[in-house]
Amino acid sequence: MVAHAETVHANRHPLIAFASRWLFTTNHKEIGSLYLWLSLTLFFIAGGMAMVIRLELFEPGIQFVEPEFYNQVLTLHGLIMVFGAVMPAFVGLANWLIPMMIGAPDMALPRMNNFSFWILPFAFTMLLSSLFMEGGAPNFGWTFYAPLSTTYGPPSTDFFILGVHLMGISSIMGAINIIITIVNLRAPGMTYMRMPLFVWTWFITAFLLIMVMPVLAGVVTMMLTDRHFGTSFFEASGGGDPVMFQHIFWFFGHPEVYIMILPGFGIASQIIPTFSRKKLFGYSSMVWATVSIAFLSFIVWGHHMFTTGMPVATELFFMFATMLIAVPTGVKVFNWVATMWRGSITFETPMLFAIGFVMMFTIGGFSGLMLALVPADFQYHDTFFVVAHFHYVLYPGAIFGTMAAVYYWLPKWCGHMYDERLGKIHFWTATFAVNLTFFPMHFTGLAGMPRRIPDYSLQFADFNMVSSVGAGLLGLTQVLFLYIVIKTIRGGVKATDQVWEGAVGLEWTIPSPAPHHTFETPPEIVEGRAY
Amino acid sequence: MREGVTDMSARIQQIHHMGLWVCIVVGVIVFGAMFYTMFAHRRSRHPVPATFSHSTLVEIVWTTIPVLILVGMAIPAAIALRDIENNEDSDMTVVITASQWKWHYRYLETDISYYSNITTPDEQIYNLEPKDEHYLLDADNPLVLPTNKKIRFLVTSDDVIHSWWVPDFAVKQDAIPGFINEAWTIVPTPGTYRGQCTELCGQGHGFMPIVVEVRPEAEFDQWIEDQRIAAELAGGAAVAARAKTWTMDELMPIGQETFLKHCATCHERDGMGQGTKYPALSGSAIATGEMADHLERVMNGVADTEMQAWAPQLSDLEIAAVITYERNSWANSTGDIIQPITVYKAR
Repeated sequence: MVAHAETVHANRHPLIAFASRWLFTTNHKEIGSLYLWLSLTLFFIAGGMAMVIRLELFEPGIQFVEPEFYNQVLTLHGLIMVFGAVMPAFVGLANWLIPMMIGAPDMALPRMNNFSFWILPFAFTMLLSSLFMEGGAPNFGWTFYAPLSTTYGPPSTDFFILGVHLMGISSIMGAINIIITIVNLRAPGMTYMRMPLFVWTWFITAFLLIMVMPVLAGVVTMMLTDRHFGTSFFEASGGGDPVMFQHIFWFFGHPEVYIMILPGFGIASQIIPTFSRKKLFGYSSMVWATVSIAFLSFIVWGHHMFTTGMPVATELFFMFATMLIAVPTGVKVFNWVATMWRGSITFETPMLFAIGFVMMFTIGGFSGLMLALVPADFQYHDTFFVVAHFHYVLYPGAIFGTMAAVYYWLPKWCGHMYDERLGKIHFWTATFAVNLTFFPMHFTGLAGMPRRIPDYSLQFADFNMVSSVGAGLLGLTQVLFLYIVIKTIRGGVKATDQVWEGAVGLEWTIPSPAPHHTFETPPEIVEGRAY
Repeated sequence: MREGVTDMSARIQQIHHMGLWVCIVVGVIVFGAMFYTMFAHRRSRHPVPATFSHSTLVEIVWTTIPVLILVGMAIPAAIALRDIENNEDSDMTVVITASQWKWHYRYLETDISYYSNITTPDEQIYNLEPKDEHYLLDADNPLVLPTNKKIRFLVTSDDVIHSWWVPDFAVKQDAIPGFINEAWTIVPTPGTYRGQCTELCGQGHGFMPIVVEVRPEAEFDQWIEDQRIAAELAGGAAVAARAKTWTMDELMPIGQETFLKHCATCHERDGMGQGTKYPALSGSAIATGEMADHLERVMNGVADTEMQAWAPQLSDLEIAAVITYERNSWANSTGDIIQPITVYKAR
């Protein structure tokens, strides 16, 4: 197949051949790589925006950016991190790994796979181009509450709306593809309850995506008609309801935060057994815990809105439902600990990142539990305590999870081992910097600092300075990550097919680097063996 | 979290401490187990891994115990919530109306009302002068409340969503256009309490302080009386201002003061604005064109933009002065003067 492609295109200019290879590829591995590179690029762009934010907050007073531009940077940082860095990274991992893990030759719908990736660069170019437009980029936060984003939004809001539509279409197509692949292309004998946990968590995530991305599309469409076609969905003076915006947004938004963490749970559940040299503890309870988290994620959206004047009964319902999420999440953490228990543990870089993930995600979970207590939430809401909470869940959660996955599977992808010493340096500096950046935010929030402000009163100065120093260091550590990845792709110690001594799963039965096409005939699934 | 000054803020702090301690204890147990296993079961000490991978009993135990802990936390939180949301039997009501980027307070019983603006000067924000103690947390007209009265707040907004928060009272309520939200407090100790807007509301979001002065009841009553007299005097002054014919030299300093306080946030001190969203006044068609258009724009604003209607917020004299200032500053030199009486007639 590869040889055939080369003879057909032999007479083309190498640049055109290169472009058409990547533009028209339908190979799940190549599309996976495209997703991961896009994600890393956007991660650095949005990370640069975080640097602008922390630079401005280094000291009280306005030093570097005007409040108006600060709001634009803050909005794009959130939007791009969520839709551009975390989600494409997970879709990239799904593309690479799901077919290899279930013994499938490719994704079920390869051409749609190509399409769902190539929409994204256009979506993000459109979103980023708004920075250079008259009136500036969207400036209303990634939650784009109406009417700040509708009646009062800058002209570029329409580019934002179209960009979100494109991202949504891409996500929905990706999710459909993943579900169809998992349902139809499992190798004979790979029953649902034998699937690797990463495949399970992505399966559930894909359902969440299909259910909530259309809701997001609906809410931005309502914004569009409010802005240009005279409707008043969210305009109080026309009989509309600004609070309804928040209900619809968070009905999307809360499952969205689980979309950004469930694949990470799957990654940790692959890596921890490997380096503990012991089977995952409580496989079926892990699956059911994931299903319950996904279900609960649909009935807790109101906890983002406790201060909007909800009735007491509604507040109580959302408080109880939210607290309930701690139960399946706790089960997962306990299962990971039990997996390590009496294993034979080694601490290679992927394992370090996975353990870091579990611990710091748990800290984010703790503050989440505190936020669920409505009376206390009245004090925490929209302060830096919330910023600390969701960054603990997303940075050492989603981002560390992705990095653990990259270190774990990169040898399989490119055939070289990464530099273990540099990997460990990366982990320890990143962990130190993450905590230095985000832990003090708990304190500034509890002391009363609202979020999304470009300037603050003097009492918050010390902790903000610490956070900013941490953020600078954190940004540098990710440059080291980029260096490690490029170095590994270009060369290094040859990886074995097995790569990790304790690793179990179909992806470790194929050569390293993984050939262009794998499992053209389905592998044999051996009864009683774990996958 | 700060304890605050009200009974409710102290109760909420207790709930916060309860949540925090539960998290710390659970955290110590879970992280302790992780560190123990990382130490004791590392390969150099524990070369042969165990093979167990399931235990229904253990799963049931660590599902049940968290449920019990959660129920234990939910009960006090639910009881406190019921009390927080009990807005009945208030002694007085203050209507809080937010707009970009200031607060408006109206005492429902006595019909006293006024705006409250930030007073931190631009020089401090842009690091030209040292920042004072209450940097960003000082307002010209604080909300004045009596001690030991149940005060009901009705919170709403004129434009986008804002949120009124005084941490020491543990009161945070979103101000939403088209909605009137309720909250209440009883403050036992006199003093000055400070808070900020806590919902992103545009470029002035960080510059919307809330200052509340709580006074003993007798002093509060005196203050109400003073406000009544001041309102009458202001009415008298407004009549006097209308009767007088003002000169350019008299109007310009008043106009500059008004401009810097209310207009410069968006249109900038040099009148150059910020792009198309906040247009430049220097050389603008409106500020150099027909006086009537200029007056109309200042008094009624532009619908659905940050340009507010200033007629209800400023006096005749202030509007006359600021228009005169805008028409005769920067690149503008129309020589036009507008009198308070003209503004009064246009109302």
